[in-house]
Amino acid sequence: MKFGILVFPGSNCDRDVAMVTRDLLQQPTRMVWHEESDLSDVDVVIVPGGFSYGDYLRCGAIARFSPAMQATIRHAEQGGLVLGICNGFQVLTEAGLLPGALMRNRDLHFICDRVPVRVEQTHLPFTQQYQPAEVITLPIAHGEGCYYADADTLAELEANGQVVFRYCEANGGVSERANPNGSLNNIAGICNRRGNVLGMMPHPERASDAALGSTDGLRMFQSVLSALVGQA
Amino acid sequence: MSQTFQAKIYVTLRPSVLDPAGTAVQAGLQHMGYHNVDQVRIGKYVELTLTAPDETQAHNQLDQICDQLLANPVIENYRIELNPVLA
Repeated sequence: MKFGILVFPGSNCDRDVAMVTRDLLQQPTRMVWHEESDLSDVDVVIVPGGFSYGDYLRCGAIARFSPAMQATIRHAEQGGLVLGICNGFQVLTEAGLLPGALMRNRDLHFICDRVPVRVEQTHLPFTQQYQPAEVITLPIAHGEGCYYADADTLAELEANGQVVFRYCEANGGVSERANPNGSLNNIAGICNRRGNVLGMMPHPERASDAALGSTDGLRMFQSVLSALVGQA
Repeated sequence: MSQTFQAKIYVTLRPSVLDPAGTAVQAGLQHMGYHNVDQVRIGKYVELTLTAPDETQAHNQLDQICDQLLANPVIENYRIELNPVLA
């Protein structure tokens, strides 16, 4: 199976992701330049973090129209897996693959930290190696990570079990104190209705190599691998 | 015969969406002594020119441009002012 990692002008976590998929997981990995429009050789598309197109206008707004994103939308429509991390999450909401929007953090600061996150859904190809309600610690690094959706959309996300990660206390309790950026319902990551597109603000690729202090994020990539290899 | 128009586009956060930057600016203004200031909301302003057969078609195209790119309808509203550019 092959990972494809989109590279926009301004992406800066693309090589971190490749380090995980190519070096740690030993899987074929292709860097996909934003002008490319053929993703037919790729099983999993990862939209990495960074500042695509300088985040001009709105985060992710311009990346949405790139040929690589148009191909990613087709990939998702065919049921292919798509993972958006940080700026990648913002791109997926702008592209309409995920509902809602990511806005300026509540306290206006750029936040660079490690935070506890509760895994809410463990049946997804992205999360099946986690335990239900498991608390993991993942790095966050964003200025615009405050998840917003209108009340109806939010209710629908909750009812359909589309909230995949939630900011929480170390013991798993969800509180306003544990909410770093003001996201509604402490949302750190969501998936689409079909469960093949996931967007999240925390960085699992930065918590994958034990040398960097944590491997809580590695299981996410291992989940994807076992889900797809199991299918084949 | 097509005509050139100048468009002024104001993109603003929907009233239901919190604006932490606006709130911070408001707090700053009040610290400066402007206690009569309230409801600060920060938006974006875009100017552009376009050519179109008439004002209606120019407006329709600008609606599409705003819906697709200049504004995010999930969180923002927009308002367009359109004026013919005299040759």
